[in-house]
Amino acid sequence: MTLIRKPLSRRSILRAGAAGGVALATPTIFTSSAWSAGYLNEPTGSTVTLGFNVPQSGPYADEGADELRAYQLAVEHINGEGDGGMLNTFTSKALKGNGVLGKKVEFVTGDTQTKSDAARASAKRMIEKDGAIMITGGSSSGVAIAVQSLCQEAGVIFMAGLTHSNDTTGKDRRANGFRHFFNTEMTGAALAPVLKNAMGEGRKVYHLTADYTWGWSQEGSIQKYTEPFGWDTVAAVRTPVGAGDFSQYLTPVLNSGADVLVLNHYGKDMVNSLTQAVQFGLRDKQVNGKQFEIVVPLFSRLMAQGAGDAIKGIFGSTAWNWSLTDEGSQAFVKSFGQKYGFPPSQAAHTCYCQTLLYADAAERAGTFMPSALGAALEDFEFDGLGNGPTLYRAGDHQCFKDVLVVKGKENPSSQFDLLEVVEVTPRAQVEYPADMLGGELGAYNNGV
Amino acid sequence: MTSNPTPTRDLAVFVIFAAAVLTMPIWLAPIGAAYPDLLQKFAIYGLFATGFNLLFGLTGYLSFGHAAFLGVGSYTAVWGFKLLGMNPVPAAAMAIVTSGLFAWLIGYVSLRRSGIYFSILTLAFAQMSYNLAYSVLTPITNGETGLRVLQSDPRIFDTAAQSGGPLVSTLFGIEMSGYPGFYFCATFLILGFLVAQRIFRSPFGTMLRAVKSNQNRMNYTGLNPRPYTLAVFVISGMYAGLAGALLCITDPLAGAERMQWTASGEVVLMTILGGVGTLLGPILGAGIIKYFENIFSAFNEHILQDIFSFLPEALQGPVVSISGLFVGEGWHLTLGVLFMIIVILLPGGIMEGVGRITSMVKGGSRKKHQHQTAPAE
Repeated sequence: MTLIRKPLSRRSILRAGAAGGVALATPTIFTSSAWSAGYLNEPTGSTVTLGFNVPQSGPYADEGADELRAYQLAVEHINGEGDGGMLNTFTSKALKGNGVLGKKVEFVTGDTQTKSDAARASAKRMIEKDGAIMITGGSSSGVAIAVQSLCQEAGVIFMAGLTHSNDTTGKDRRANGFRHFFNTEMTGAALAPVLKNAMGEGRKVYHLTADYTWGWSQEGSIQKYTEPFGWDTVAAVRTPVGAGDFSQYLTPVLNSGADVLVLNHYGKDMVNSLTQAVQFGLRDKQVNGKQFEIVVPLFSRLMAQGAGDAIKGIFGSTAWNWSLTDEGSQAFVKSFGQKYGFPPSQAAHTCYCQTLLYADAAERAGTFMPSALGAALEDFEFDGLGNGPTLYRAGDHQCFKDVLVVKGKENPSSQFDLLEVVEVTPRAQVEYPADMLGGELGAYNNGV
Repeated sequence: MTSNPTPTRDLAVFVIFAAAVLTMPIWLAPIGAAYPDLLQKFAIYGLFATGFNLLFGLTGYLSFGHAAFLGVGSYTAVWGFKLLGMNPVPAAAMAIVTSGLFAWLIGYVSLRRSGIYFSILTLAFAQMSYNLAYSVLTPITNGETGLRVLQSDPRIFDTAAQSGGPLVSTLFGIEMSGYPGFYFCATFLILGFLVAQRIFRSPFGTMLRAVKSNQNRMNYTGLNPRPYTLAVFVISGMYAGLAGALLCITDPLAGAERMQWTASGEVVLMTILGGVGTLLGPILGAGIIKYFENIFSAFNEHILQDIFSFLPEALQGPVVSISGLFVGEGWHLTLGVLFMIIVILLPGGIMEGVGRITSMVKGGSRKKHQHQTAPAE
């Protein structure tokens, strides 16, 4: 009747043991084929598959949608369709517009739902079922870190999309993971001097922080760079991601004695919290004899669009803005605009660059093998992708480039022209030693 | 199947079930579901739903907070990895014990009420656990970021070779990801099924059915139903804890979103979709929901265009854009439609459909078919 009968006899134990042994031995039949390839998901046909894992639902869905548009555009350009975009301005000329290593680029997509579990499940699907050779995406640092460690364990390259927490290339860095986007450390270093000039020294600061790795990282960086000139933290309150209504968190700000509110929020959360803060009349108040100010450390044009009039005069930092006038940015804005009818966001920009950088590294390395491809990206110097001369540092797989400090425009000339670049902070000012944030890259994993 | 259970018949069902589970990588390949991660999910959520069905299917107590036990199991398993090492067996054992204790606590309070009040109480406890994991207990749960195993964790039973290696669970040198992970989970699913089958046929199971059919009558005969319901609540919680541990064994990460009420709702859907009170139903339901979540959500316009490429150009555009609403991020819509159709036409879930088809094949002359357990309210 069953494998184990009561009372337990020697025979029934043997029988159960044998059945268990068979169950344990079965997997080798399936894994043995994996050993024939030089690395996981080695493309053998005429195509190569990339996996685009972005949030299509949840608080970062707007960014995710824009990221997906950028990925599709990058794939077109790599395959030689369209006008080529930033391929024409990119200083590395390895890509010829005929795919990568003669293989046409195809892609699969997945929805991260801005949840680590869902993101890892969809990344696994792309690796195990669709044979994706590289995973890229993000829009939440928690998700990016979770997927990055998954890619390390599985043995594919992870090209981080929009993820701004220090931890992604700090204490949670992985050899198979690379990030083009900047981090909170750079935001702090770039934003603090501007804040000091605009708002003065000796301020009382109230932080509202998204309660996950990015929020903590952002809060820490702002404190680190503003405390030297006398900005004291009155309180730092953690808010859940996707809270929707922030009024219960904003009410205590009024009576806290603080004269600066830092909103460490992103995406729809930032749109909601900033709009509500302005509705509460915080910006019209005088506290401690000073004008009450609001700072949003990480800004994006998509969020500015969502927040409407509330963003006028608000300071923040951004990786890239479509209004930049260099050749690369203009080429990108032009081809994105022609295809979709509106300018790209910073999320779109970083995802487009990451795809190009990956394809270029594969072309230069002559293989998609993670260890060889990674070596081609390490200490790679390039220009023409919209941020000036950029370095992919070998020590932590983090890109170093200029950071933009921006302000919400008072008189926007169009519905997209919402951010005014206050300062382009040069790369030298935001650089830091590779071992400052801790963490170990470890060795590359080729997945075999 | 429900009409006349005999030991031989049970054995046959069990053997066929075990064979079907172990050969899933082969027969699921044509529908694109035969890849390790999804197979693992099938096995794990099948186990979760089986455990849930023991409570809901037998006693009729609708717990709306079962995800809490899944979450507790997950966190315990990851802590097991962090402290003891990457062997899945102690982690799973710890998870079963902790979630069992947790279920006993919640069950002790919640089972004082029945019907909707019981559901609301369990829901409240689960939401409470979720919010605690999300905020107050951040040092234990690592909040939104999720709890992971780090290279710097003590892992006292790990050998030097393991401690430098990749952070995946290993059982005697076999990494618990990919197909080995699936077979590990499948073994537990088969064992879980066996235990559930035994409970269904035992006097204990009969007592639980008595609770469902008429608790008052049971009280009048001098029987106290609470020890029985509490026992099955704890067993059910242990199933969920084991499922949570398996989630972490195949992928060592635990996040608070596993405890959210949507996750609790999902297991209710799985059970109802498959058939409440049947042995196989909940497992089928779990498979269908996970299949939709993973496969339908991945369809994008390109794939749809490939599928409908046989249509004439003029028709292809509208068909693709209409069907596009039901795939990708719209997979919930498809699931909702399917759920409505099943609940309206087959209140007993898919298993009722299977039963109707078999009786039709057999000539439809069986008159004892009304005997099926009524779906619980």
